[in-house]
Amino acid sequence: MTLVMETERTAPDETYNFAYLDEETKRMIRRAILKAMAVPGYQVPFGGREMPLPYGWGTGGIQVTAAVIGPDDVLKVIDQGADDTTNAVSIRRFFRRVTGVATTGRTVEATIVQTRHRIPESALREGQILVYQVPIPEPLRRIEPREAETRKLHAYREYGLMHVRLYEDIARFGRIATSYDYPVMVNERYLMAPSPTPKFDNPKMTAAPFLQLFGAGREKRIYAVPPYTTVTSLDFDDHPFDVQSWDEVCALCGAADSFLDEVVLDDAGKRMFVCSDTDYCEDRRAAGHVGPEGADEADAPAGKKP
Amino acid sequence: MTKDDMTPILSVDRVTRRFGDLVACRDVSFSLQAGEVLGIVGESGSGKTTLLRVLSGTLAPQAGEVRYALRDRGPFDLYRGLSEPERRWLQRTEWGVVHQNPRDGLRMGISAGGNIGERLMAVGARHYGEVRGAAGDWMAKVELDLGRIDDSPAEFSGGMQQRLQFARNLVIQPRLVFMDEPTGGLDVSVQARLLDLIRGLTRELGVSAILVTHDLAVARLLADRLIVMKDGRVVEEGLTDQVLDDPTHPYSQLLVSSVLQA
Repeated sequence: MTLVMETERTAPDETYNFAYLDEETKRMIRRAILKAMAVPGYQVPFGGREMPLPYGWGTGGIQVTAAVIGPDDVLKVIDQGADDTTNAVSIRRFFRRVTGVATTGRTVEATIVQTRHRIPESALREGQILVYQVPIPEPLRRIEPREAETRKLHAYREYGLMHVRLYEDIARFGRIATSYDYPVMVNERYLMAPSPTPKFDNPKMTAAPFLQLFGAGREKRIYAVPPYTTVTSLDFDDHPFDVQSWDEVCALCGAADSFLDEVVLDDAGKRMFVCSDTDYCEDRRAAGHVGPEGADEADAPAGKKP
Repeated sequence: MTKDDMTPILSVDRVTRRFGDLVACRDVSFSLQAGEVLGIVGESGSGKTTLLRVLSGTLAPQAGEVRYALRDRGPFDLYRGLSEPERRWLQRTEWGVVHQNPRDGLRMGISAGGNIGERLMAVGARHYGEVRGAAGDWMAKVELDLGRIDDSPAEFSGGMQQRLQFARNLVIQPRLVFMDEPTGGLDVSVQARLLDLIRGLTRELGVSAILVTHDLAVARLLADRLIVMKDGRVVEEGLTDQVLDDPTHPYSQLLVSSVLQA
């Protein structure tokens, strides 16, 4: 069974305005986005709307995408790097219905990529927009529960507290154990939560040619990293920032440089490591790369040249 | 002593703070010299804690001014002369505040070492080993078991929490420490140990301190000078022994005579 991700443009459902939200709302969100781009990393409040799916399923990201999408855009939606998981499928289907835009599974073809948890492995280019779904936009929240106080900490650039969290990590685990939603400084000014992306993806955020937009639906905040902005991961002088690495390579495509998911195969504990980015993995296999278990794989990517 | 040394580290001029119709502090004036420990005594509701909040930069007075002599810039009006970020920077780098309830002064969710290290990281320490080392030194200085450096303060006894609060405040070598009933709620023997410790550390570091207490025994032990407050006013001011042994104001006389003699 292979899901068909690539679809051509169609006519949208006439019952709804283009991209579901009314034009005034989209304009309001675009104003918030422009402000967010003008002050990189700063969380801009916006009048978040009720969306036809629950909070936590990407309502913030969907509103951002709805505000920036046009009829000629090509949309890709990923969840944990995969195009064929429930969240990704339903969001893609939603936009297909209310905008009729073309959708794709291929990172290179997309103009807008909405993501939960991952930045695609293949480098995005200028002109592409990466929209993140953010559950908790405030990086200081876990240590400082008072909203009035966290706003002051941002306003006065008092970020020592964030290092307390890293200190606790090292004291408890001997190293910085935070592996996702790893705090970053944007443009050397604002502390930012990169949403629950693994810290493996943090280095892709800095000086990136593409535009990064973050939408938090429940907390009604939008923030942004404009192209070519510095994004620095916090660390200690004697415990520098480091990304995850694996002893294994991708079992299907043999990639040694991508983020791997561990998949348990049976009750006996047999497991394999595969690329979390399905598009990247398929591209590599199409180009002839084969991992240790790639040859036995029954459902080889359909519709790709060998 | 040169003339410069005589500039008070903190001077308070006719400070008034109201809450609606209630006047918590009325026309309070005094000054604090460097290295001095000033006790503020008085019954509950006499405006001691409000005054402390005004002095420590967390509550603006409606009238009067509080002038603090910054380490390298000289005296500034705390509220009109400094912006909020400057005031917060001052609180982090030159001051300490010890709360009556250690829960108000500690972060209960993070370890003891993290609590001490927070003050260092707040002023820019970015070397884990150094922060950890300083936290350990201060655990030892306040006589806390080094083996508990990674425990949460929630698992500490009241006296240990209070000692941890001192360590957290003294680690940045403050010039001025505000203490609000630092021994309140502790049993007598723990109080005595803590008082010894506070006295030793303040002498050793030469910090100035303002100590709010209703316990005259604590005041006698720690304070060089006392001011007595009643209904928001200062009714008497003088050297500790003088005020406690020979009170002149009727209220001070009442206060001194009401202490239970053991």
